[in-house]
Amino acid sequence: MSGFFKSSIGRKVAMALSAFFLMFFLLQHFAINILSVFSPETFNEASHFMGTFWVIQYVMQPVLIFGVVFHFIMGFILEIKNKKARGAAYAKNNGAANSSWFSRNMIYSGLAILAFMALHFIDFWIPEINIKYVGGDMTGLINPDDATSGFRYYEELVHKFHDPLRVIAYVIAFVFLALHLMHGFTSAFQSVGATSGRKKVLQNIGKAYSIIIPLGFIFIAIYHHLTH
Amino acid sequence: MNLTLKIWRQKDASSKGQMVDYKVTEISEHMSFLEMMDVLNEQLINNGEEPVAFDHDCREGICGMCSMYINGEAHGPDRGVTTCQLHMRMFKDGDTITIEPFRAAAFPVIKDLVVDRSSFDRIQHAGGYISVNTSGNTQDANATPISKHAADEAMDAATCIGCGACVATCKNSSAMLFVGAKVSQYALLPQGQVEAADRVKNMVAQMDLEGFGNCTNTGACEVECPKGISLDNIARMNRELMKAQLE
Repeated sequence: MSGFFKSSIGRKVAMALSAFFLMFFLLQHFAINILSVFSPETFNEASHFMGTFWVIQYVMQPVLIFGVVFHFIMGFILEIKNKKARGAAYAKNNGAANSSWFSRNMIYSGLAILAFMALHFIDFWIPEINIKYVGGDMTGLINPDDATSGFRYYEELVHKFHDPLRVIAYVIAFVFLALHLMHGFTSAFQSVGATSGRKKVLQNIGKAYSIIIPLGFIFIAIYHHLTH
Repeated sequence: MNLTLKIWRQKDASSKGQMVDYKVTEISEHMSFLEMMDVLNEQLINNGEEPVAFDHDCREGICGMCSMYINGEAHGPDRGVTTCQLHMRMFKDGDTITIEPFRAAAFPVIKDLVVDRSSFDRIQHAGGYISVNTSGNTQDANATPISKHAADEAMDAATCIGCGACVATCKNSSAMLFVGAKVSQYALLPQGQVEAADRVKNMVAQMDLEGFGNCTNTGACEVECPKGISLDNIARMNRELMKAQLE
């Protein structure tokens, strides 16, 4: 089996499997974030559960980190290998005649997402790890010594979206994410050989997913910026 | 029509090539692209210059020999045709046409527009066959029942002429449409089942060894393929390889 993952197709399959996991993660992330628009209390409860439940923290979180790192590193490795496979470049190449811009430029939309993830980690993930695992505060409260102070998650979220520059950065990043998903969603199914006979259906689901989810994240950022 | 041609000229495999401009005049719109190239070559020979080397054989769109990259597309701007079936009516008087060899590290240039596609032959040798005794006791093909759907799909895959347009077009120089078609034409038929696992493993291993890139599913190959080979064949090859790991 290790030989399989060293083959070109095996690497495609591995990329697809990490993509499936990341797309599922994105869906649940969106499902929780959208709660912040409708019910801050429910958003706080869900965030606290995700931030303290051991299966999420000690099983799913490491898998997620591995999935993200793997997807990026393998993406770069394949890009370099594929560039090498061309040899000399064409003097004139009309890529637009036969394929979409976003399918040919996954590396650039991927790099934009990577830049966003650096910002996202600095904004949320590092402070969260710092509070819980360095500071030892697992209460999730605004004031850990005051049980009536309420959960801190909603406050942290709306605070981040005060800055219009951050909101603009989020909007740009999610446009690139949409472009990445426009190709990536169906591509992952094709890589595992699951498209035969249902390509049109998968393409339509892919289009809906890659527009609705990023647009939803953009809506959340703009909503909190305008209402707080 | 009068045209300006920008053509890749390269003396031999080890020389450094370059784009060279040529003018051709009074080209009929009814000519095929290769006939236009013949006119240019007659002109070059009459002027005592070296004619442009290019691959061609049947000129009927079936042998898979012609292999030019014309105005940024494999086999030019028309769909479902090889270069020999591309007609000059696809161009306008006064056009500048860029003509290059198929580019891939696994398709090295031999001279001008001629590339070495023997890497495809080696992939075929690795498993693109069925082992049957054909010494006088061949069974009637119709003795083995095959569903119409499977027969049609296998035939569609088998129409691949191995021209290499998929590799030339793919931004990654991937050969997966070619290999997918060759794997599929046997995987769909009962005669191909016995050696199915070894076939896909060996053909993919040889494909990787030849230095082709990795498919990223842009779908460009399917659009430019003169025989309309479907991306479904790549999906089937991926499934076949995964299945082969479990055997």
